[in-house]
Amino acid sequence: MIRLEKRPQPSRAWSLATPLVAVLATMLFGGLLFAALGKDPVEAIRTIFWEPLFGEFAFYYRPQLLIKGAPLVLIAIGLSLGFKAGIWNIGAEGQYIMGAIVGASVGLAFYPYEAWYIFPLMVIGGALGGWIWAMIPAVLKVRFGTNEILVSLMLVYVAEQLLASASLRFLKNPEGFGFPGSRNLQSYESAFNADLIAGSGMHWGVVAALIAVIFAYVLLNRHMVGFHIRLTGEAPRAAKFAGVNPARLILLCLGMSGALAGLAGLFEVSGPAGQISIDFNVGYGFTAIIVAFLGRLHPVGILLAGGLMALTYIGGDIAQSNLGLPSAAIQVFQGMLLFFLLALDLLTNFRVSLRKVEVA
Amino acid sequence: MDLSAINPVLLIASLMVAATPILLAAIGELVVEKSGVLNLGVEGMMIIGAVSGFAIAVESGSPWLGFVASAVAGAVFSLLFVLLTQVAKANQVASGLALTLTGLGLSALLGQSYVGIRPPQMGKLDIPLLSDLPVIGPILFGHDPILYLGIALTAGVWALLKFTRAGLVLRAVGENHDAAHALGYKVIRIRIMAIMFGGACAGLGGAYISLIRVPQWTEGMTAGVGWIALALVVFASWKPWRALLGAYLFGGVTVVQLNLQAAGVAIPVEYLAMSPYVITIIVLVILSADKSSAPAALGRNFHASR
Repeated sequence: MIRLEKRPQPSRAWSLATPLVAVLATMLFGGLLFAALGKDPVEAIRTIFWEPLFGEFAFYYRPQLLIKGAPLVLIAIGLSLGFKAGIWNIGAEGQYIMGAIVGASVGLAFYPYEAWYIFPLMVIGGALGGWIWAMIPAVLKVRFGTNEILVSLMLVYVAEQLLASASLRFLKNPEGFGFPGSRNLQSYESAFNADLIAGSGMHWGVVAALIAVIFAYVLLNRHMVGFHIRLTGEAPRAAKFAGVNPARLILLCLGMSGALAGLAGLFEVSGPAGQISIDFNVGYGFTAIIVAFLGRLHPVGILLAGGLMALTYIGGDIAQSNLGLPSAAIQVFQGMLLFFLLALDLLTNFRVSLRKVEVA
Repeated sequence: MDLSAINPVLLIASLMVAATPILLAAIGELVVEKSGVLNLGVEGMMIIGAVSGFAIAVESGSPWLGFVASAVAGAVFSLLFVLLTQVAKANQVASGLALTLTGLGLSALLGQSYVGIRPPQMGKLDIPLLSDLPVIGPILFGHDPILYLGIALTAGVWALLKFTRAGLVLRAVGENHDAAHALGYKVIRIRIMAIMFGGACAGLGGAYISLIRVPQWTEGMTAGVGWIALALVVFASWKPWRALLGAYLFGGVTVVQLNLQAAGVAIPVEYLAMSPYVITIIVLVILSADKSSAPAALGRNFHASR
């Protein structure tokens, strides 16, 4: 009989080890999945995790790692602040889309005028777009007690329709021969979020992600707000006695995560993606949830987890073209990772012993 | 724009069809939440039900087998949630999300070879005389059996919760699991059964979309219906008949906006398409002031420490 005994304190060792064990378990079961799909499991796993970093074409894939990782880290950092306090923003995907739409609109409003201040204005627009979209569930929760999980999620579907509307109508490229999609910001110098060092993949979004990691670390460990966030998540009643204003915390956490998701969208649309299109969003907002948990809601952990998740995206692409592995397999792979992580958390919070239950 | 093309009888009949997947998933989730568990994986279980129901129906040629398979698949898939929340005591919100993310990926993987195929059709339940009645006939008596199953389930769950001992135990577990445990009820076992029932219902709801509502398979075709079902449980304040009412309301919004799209109303299609989600939010706002009927132990994990 397996016996569970709740630990007085979550085990620090297990809390650090579980992400690693979860990755190993995912590799194992992912390998079985790939084998079931008729692919060589060892080859598939090697392609996903080794090829982008050290393979023959790694010089091409390594910059991609930054490009895919940056939005994930940016969004996940924001989400983790809320998750820590028990505020569940699940609609980062929508905030990401709105950041892109608002930011791109700001840039395109200036077209074809060139000026140094256009890109900074777009950045502000992007953050604002995501912030406003996150403020809807935040205000509704504070004012009416509405469930933020459901509202932020519904807003993803609304944002997707707005995205369609933007690429078919109000942001449509007038010189695009009737094809949907906006002008390409990559060919509009003042609005282009280019690589800071050509070919390195290092654009402003990557810089912003790194700043966000440092900012979140300082906030959580050296600032009263961070203490309030942690306190609210761990002991809501104690937080109340300590004078934490829950409404303000909700507005702050959702606002920050919305603004960061919006920034991610703006950096993506003005850089790697280049334009607003119907299929512009690729689920970064949802994958970032996995990144946040995999990183243990810790800024440095999220940085590492973002890198790992970016690796599965790029490795997945390579496996798709080289081995014919379906793209959905990578999605399952990522879902599995979250699954194993949550399951293995048992070891962090409970002591598992294999002794007989004493009969009283 | 030609609004006269909209036939009110057909509108109501198709409203009931549009409402059925939401209703099925919501009734399942209602039972789950009554037992004190918040499973946010409805969308994932629905899409798993949609793809497995579709695949089995196509392979076997029988829509009935498809529906049975979808319920089984939904229940089996919900076991992942059981494993996470009931065995490993993981956070229910995160576990539900894991279920949805995995389900969306897995269904896309399983459904690859089924894109663009038409499934076998399930016949309408034509009751002689009754379905020939003008107006009422096509609205009430011209549907497929699963639609009636949805209504029957609503009635069944209502009766179960209100009149039976099993329903009382289920509610006790959801209100206060420590007290229920002290009285000797198997809290975890009851919750596992509730979660699996919810999975089966969500699976049926998903298959209703892929086999009857749309009849085809496309990736991510549940498009938020599972989440609307979750919102619906709040809307219904955990009461089965109000879930039915709510499902018809949402079904109505969906059908009306589709009809307006078809009629070529001057509003751009995207704004019509977002209306069901916007209305869900508005309804949530109006109704979330009243949380009095929410099960008290909702979302809290049970661990028998003593």
